[in-house]
Amino acid sequence: MLQILQHISAPALFGQLLLGLINGAFYAMLSLGLAVIFGLLNIINFAHGALYMTGAFGAWLLLEKLGIGYWPALIISPLIIGCFGMAMERLLLKRIYKLDHLYGLLLTFGVALIIEGVFRNIYGVSGEAYDATPDLFRGGVNLGFMYLPLYRGWVVVASLVICLGTWFAIERTKLGAYLRAATENPQLVQAFGINVPRMITLTYGFGAALAAMAGVMAAPILHVNPIMGSDIIIVVFAVVVIGGMGSILGAVISGFGLGIVEGLTKYLYPEASTTVIFVVMAIVLLVKPAGLFGKAS
Amino acid sequence: MRNSVYAALLIAASLAAGVAQAEVTSVKIGVLNDQSGVYAGLSGPGGVDAVKMAVEDFGGSIGSAKIEVVSADHQNKADVGSSIARQWFDQDHVDIIMDVPNSGVALAINDIAKEKNKIAIFSGPASSDLTGAKCSPSGIHWTYDTYALAKGTGSAITKSGGTTWFFLTADYAFGQALERDTAAVIEANGGKVLGEVRTPLASPDFSSFLLQAQGSGAKVIGLANAGGDTITSIKQAGEFGITAGGQKLAGLLVFISDIHALGLKAAQGLELTASFYWDLNDGTRAWSKRFFERNKTEPTMAQAGLYGATMHYLNAIKAVNTTDTAKVMAEMRKTPVNDFMTKNGSIREDGKLVRDMYLFEVKKPEESKGPWDYYKLVRQIPAEEVTRPLSESACPLVHKG
Repeated sequence: MLQILQHISAPALFGQLLLGLINGAFYAMLSLGLAVIFGLLNIINFAHGALYMTGAFGAWLLLEKLGIGYWPALIISPLIIGCFGMAMERLLLKRIYKLDHLYGLLLTFGVALIIEGVFRNIYGVSGEAYDATPDLFRGGVNLGFMYLPLYRGWVVVASLVICLGTWFAIERTKLGAYLRAATENPQLVQAFGINVPRMITLTYGFGAALAAMAGVMAAPILHVNPIMGSDIIIVVFAVVVIGGMGSILGAVISGFGLGIVEGLTKYLYPEASTTVIFVVMAIVLLVKPAGLFGKAS
Repeated sequence: MRNSVYAALLIAASLAAGVAQAEVTSVKIGVLNDQSGVYAGLSGPGGVDAVKMAVEDFGGSIGSAKIEVVSADHQNKADVGSSIARQWFDQDHVDIIMDVPNSGVALAINDIAKEKNKIAIFSGPASSDLTGAKCSPSGIHWTYDTYALAKGTGSAITKSGGTTWFFLTADYAFGQALERDTAAVIEANGGKVLGEVRTPLASPDFSSFLLQAQGSGAKVIGLANAGGDTITSIKQAGEFGITAGGQKLAGLLVFISDIHALGLKAAQGLELTASFYWDLNDGTRAWSKRFFERNKTEPTMAQAGLYGATMHYLNAIKAVNTTDTAKVMAEMRKTPVNDFMTKNGSIREDGKLVRDMYLFEVKKPEESKGPWDYYKLVRQIPAEEVTRPLSESACPLVHKG
């Protein structure tokens, strides 16, 4: 341990913290969608990783087949995936709301495997390079302690805006109040003349679109490949559990926080970097079973 | 009495003759590799097809015995690979296991094949331990190994001024062997290793590791990884301005599938060691054209190696007219390997196929004539330079004089 501490230098540490924040931005965006879906629909959406991957592929396909660049793709791809999500909710998920959580988990897991299998079959696993970083964000700035690619800076800012916007919409607006009320007591809200099933469909579509948007944002950084979703989904689930299932603020804060914890681990003891989040999860579950921001039921 | 003795002798003689001419009754080749993960692109389904091509070219049968090819996905897990191998050998009458990229899985399969007295020919994995401390009398390491990669790329870069190194090492048998073999070459050439970071297999993000490499101030960042990990590290090194900042990347194991996925803009200037490139000569072009028509991708060295290895194995069975492990191994060792990829290759007692290698440089985008026109040949490296001398071998099968 002492040996490890001797190696720490301030600039390197700042660099790792910043990188952790960047990865945390993706965790936050994905866990946000999961938390919204779980909080309002009570579905453990295992298809989230597949939707994220589909979003990235959507951006790549738009560029390859239609010559559509990054900015339009950032809107179009989530819209398409959002519609796909709504169709999925209407056709499949709707039928199992009355059943145990486990059925939702199994159904969405099955859907995820099918989507991934189809993409793997068509595009192989080596993946495709998405080289459409907007000109505005090419290059980087030297921060003194590290070289920050501008695009990664944009990801953090965009993610913060999306996360806070979603939190605000659900916790502080009238529409959000309807949504929250509908999860508490759907019959009563329906009695007030609000179309609850439509609201739920739109919510799932929104969650799917959020995942797709994270996918488009990841495309220029990571390699667009069919297994990118299954790589990240497990970590994101841990993030949601740590934050507290269904807690939106919890998902966002623990997304960024765990990105930083992971970044630090990559610096101090890289071999453990893929496990550290699960260690944190185990500790949190022991100490506070409902998660850091969850309400014990 | 006399008649019955004659009869007994006659029966014995005919039995003996029968044994001597025992027809090969079946040949079953099992191709075990990563079909869907980080290493699926470098061999995977294309590797299985290369074996099938060899079987078709061979005629599909030996005498009356049909040659069968089966394949499976080891998912880069040694336990999954081991249970498939045991099932194949114990119940499915598989005669040989081929390919096995991922050195961790390959080392496990090598042990099982040895225990079951079956042949294993490795094309995909890299660890030089397969013919070193962990060698087996029935294992052959066909296409390349970490020793050759280290000697080829490591010494070329160190000699041309890349004297200080920092490694990004895949944290398992392969990465560790590659780092070890390369570090030895660097130090032998007067260079120095400043540090290393062990990265978990298939990390989606290498930026933290790259930042540490950048901070080390080393002239060269050695990538002791493969497949998807190499792609991610090269791509992100460009993003973080590492190559623009004057540090050089050394891809210690690079397949053409990686370059294709990266694009020349990100990969240009990379030096790499390989035993095969589709556009080397008429022979490689002719075979690769057929492979391309079937698989819509140019073959990697692991895939090309599988074709040659299958041919060599089938020819040996035909020559000795049995699938008996010891006899087939002896025949394969005796016969030099000559095909579109390998010239005058020979299999040593430790199981290493001794072959020449090539040092390539990845072309600049403006030098390339189109998709898959990626490498220019820097030099052909003679076998003795890139093969570990038997005198340094840790293989217990090697009798040192």
